[in-house]
Amino acid sequence: MSRVMPGTEARLGWIGESVRRVDGIPKTTGEFEYASDLQVAGMLWGHTLRSPYAHARVRAIDLSGALSVAGVHAVLTHSDVPGRKTYGLEFQDQPVLAIDRVRYFGEPVAIVAAEHPEQARRAAERIVVDYEPLVPIVDPERATESEPLHPDPESHVSDHYLRDPRPNVLRTMRIIHGDPDARGDVVVEGTYELGSQDQAFLGPESGLAVPDGKGGVDVYVATQWLHVDREQVAPCLGLPEEQVRIHLAGVGGAFGGREDLSIQIHAALLALHTSRPVKMVYNRQESFSGHVHRHPARIRAEHRATRDGRLVCVQMRILLDGGAYASSSTAVTANATSFACGPYAVPNALIETMSVFTNNPPCGAMRGFGAVQTCFAAEAQMDKLAQALEIDPVELRLLNALGTGDTLPTGQRITSSLPVAEVIRRCAALREPDPEELPRAAIRLPGGAGNTTRGEGVKRGVGFAVGFKNIAYSEGFDDSCAARVRLHEDGSAEVHCAAAEVGQGVTNVILQVARTELATDDVRIAPVTTAAVGSSGSASASRMTWMASGAVRDACRAALVEREARGGGEVDVERVYRHRRTAPLDPETGQVGELPAHVAFACAAMKVIAEVDVELGLTRVVWIGTAQDVGKAVNPQAVEGQIEGGTAQGLGLALMEEIQTRDGLITNASFTDYLIPTALDVPPIVSELVEHPEPDAPYGVKGVGEPPTVVSTAAIVAALRDATGRELARVPVRPDDIVGLQ
Amino acid sequence: MKIELIVNGEQCEADVWEGESLLYALRERLGLYGSKNACEQGECGSCSVLLDGSLVCACLVLAAQAEGHEVVTVEGLADANGLHPVQEAFVETGAVQCGFCTPGLVVATTELLRQNPDPSDDEIREALSGNLCRCTGYTKIFDAVRLAAQRA
Ligand code: FES
Ligand code: FES
Repeated sequence: MSRVMPGTEARLGWIGESVRRVDGIPKTTGEFEYASDLQVAGMLWGHTLRSPYAHARVRAIDLSGALSVAGVHAVLTHSDVPGRKTYGLEFQDQPVLAIDRVRYFGEPVAIVAAEHPEQARRAAERIVVDYEPLVPIVDPERATESEPLHPDPESHVSDHYLRDPRPNVLRTMRIIHGDPDARGDVVVEGTYELGSQDQAFLGPESGLAVPDGKGGVDVYVATQWLHVDREQVAPCLGLPEEQVRIHLAGVGGAFGGREDLSIQIHAALLALHTSRPVKMVYNRQESFSGHVHRHPARIRAEHRATRDGRLVCVQMRILLDGGAYASSSTAVTANATSFACGPYAVPNALIETMSVFTNNPPCGAMRGFGAVQTCFAAEAQMDKLAQALEIDPVELRLLNALGTGDTLPTGQRITSSLPVAEVIRRCAALREPDPEELPRAAIRLPGGAGNTTRGEGVKRGVGFAVGFKNIAYSEGFDDSCAARVRLHEDGSAEVHCAAAEVGQGVTNVILQVARTELATDDVRIAPVTTAAVGSSGSASASRMTWMASGAVRDACRAALVEREARGGGEVDVERVYRHRRTAPLDPETGQVGELPAHVAFACAAMKVIAEVDVELGLTRVVWIGTAQDVGKAVNPQAVEGQIEGGTAQGLGLALMEEIQTRDGLITNASFTDYLIPTALDVPPIVSELVEHPEPDAPYGVKGVGEPPTVVSTAAIVAALRDATGRELARVPVRPDDIVGLQ
Repeated sequence: MKIELIVNGEQCEADVWEGESLLYALRERLGLYGSKNACEQGECGSCSVLLDGSLVCACLVLAAQAEGHEVVTVEGLADANGLHPVQEAFVETGAVQCGFCTPGLVVATTELLRQNPDPSDDEIREALSGNLCRCTGYTKIFDAVRLAAQRA
């Protein structure tokens, strides 16, 4: 039914070649089938009724009005969930459908299946829910003084977390490194804030659930991790995992926003209940409530340095608003804490992070995963320090650059590749364009056609930033990826791997590895499904290239060995790849024990030229140059694509993107009100790929998706600061901040 | 109500609701899923089609308004000889990632190049500013447009 992965018509190369995407042609002709394009005979349409309140008790739900709408086949609530009533990535704290309380705006309360999507929508409108509104917790600073949103104090506790008994603490984390009281000659301080960003993938949440007639169900869905979806879906349906098959349907972007479930359980429930296939597609407005967002953050930082510019001590307090449910907030907390200081050698540090529950929109994974927020603060601090010391900001960064052999504030020694100084040097050496003359066409002024001046107030600024983060999962997570290779008698091969192609190009990586290992072009990728192969882990944490390369390489090699041993014939082998082991940090001190907490790291440096109309508060990013540590580029063109796209998302956070709320209700859930960068906003981006093979990784690869997003918000705002002379401590930067109205 | 229109050169008939958009009719009534729905508010350009030769957001046009008119969707661009040069250029330059924006951008680009075969960089930016892409940062999309222009 679904043509998820097309065949291999295009000529595909081996590792290191810029090759065309295997799905490129069907995506340009319109033939590629996305989750929202799925259709099958007899299919019903599902719709979700969501809470209009950020916090309320649910006293009663009356379905009678909805059930009487023509074409309606099912209207379900929490009482129709046959298995476990809650699910979640790290803690099962999120109700499949609200039970007695709603904790965020847009929380699912009931689901409907009908013949036509409009009938389903109308029926949902006729469900009467008796809510008792409760005061929402919307200020994360006050969350720990409020009534607990999750009353069971043991509900979010884990062995390797610091115990923090205060209400609404999601996770508290602390790194104490060296002597946090160590003093420097110079001290700079700042308080920074970041708004909540939406992944805003263009392809909305969607999928199709098809009952198999034997009590089980097939779910075709746009997701990032098929097997962890199944792990959460099956228990809620009250089914063993074998009876739930998750298949990847065409994904229109992900960026972390598809790590958590969206339609999976709902569509499956409706399908099993009606014995009909059920399709669900969110519209844009619903999508804003349909997935978790980037954590808004408040960060207080103090940096101390010697007169000649060496960092002596960093202190940071980080507050992350996790919203109503845990999602992956605990891991985001760990990342924010781990990478708080930036890629610098810091002998003494005290980093304290707390993520809290509130009734704001739930937060979880988004590209950069905690490191975006801290990079913004840490890099602003480095610039302040450079200014206080009268040292060139690039020089200051070079002076403190972390490298192989150095130690992180967690006590982890860096044994893998981390060429921070080199990315700084290569980025700094990129030649920026000369300043442009005035007057000029309006499109080349800050604000574009909206700028009605002749550019009298335009000032130019240069910004520079460096950032890093981890690759793959950390803190002892058993991180693995399976691949299965079948060699046919005719010399062709078929590869099964559950790695989710979300647009990043992992399908090409898999093919390039298989072709390289098997020394043949005749390789086919099988449809991506839980039914044929073990878990790949998630297409996230910049891990998929590394992990899939490892798994496919190992499976290919094993297949060749087996064919050799058997003297030919059909071979079918599966192998599971694991990266080196990690372990949690000490909960009290945030220090590593024998094992590292993180597997490996990737860094990037970025230089930005921006113009600001300081009278109108309008901005124009003119040019971006970046150098990124990529290990080994499997497909250089695709790596550049990741860098350019990741940079644009950071630009969005710097200049325009923020989910706005009033009393916890989202007030800008549309592309009219929530702006993402357009072709007019993103400048030319020049990227240098710095290739230092990662010693532990297959072919020396590293993940490349996140570092550009980590660094670009910081670098862009640095350029705005340079142009305006203002502190600009909050993103997105608003025109009012630039003209100094607040 | 029944409407008749020409889609990609073929006479078609569809049974639509009064308030239904052209986008919905193309996708759900005529089975042409190439035009995408990412906002339904005229903000993203994923649903771009040509209506009597003009670029429109199919989500903003009522299906009923298309009665008697000619529509070209992304499915109508490639011909028996293969891909349209714009499609070719998008694949070659790496302008496609998740591809959800691609059909709209391909249609918008063909229309841009028809009107202006040799657009400047600023003209490309301006012409494509109604088509959002979340994955690529647009750099390679501009490369694709320049490549297609060069070859035409
Ligand atoms: S779906 Fe028509 S413009 Fe977005
Ligand atoms: S390629 Fe994903 S939105 Fe453009």
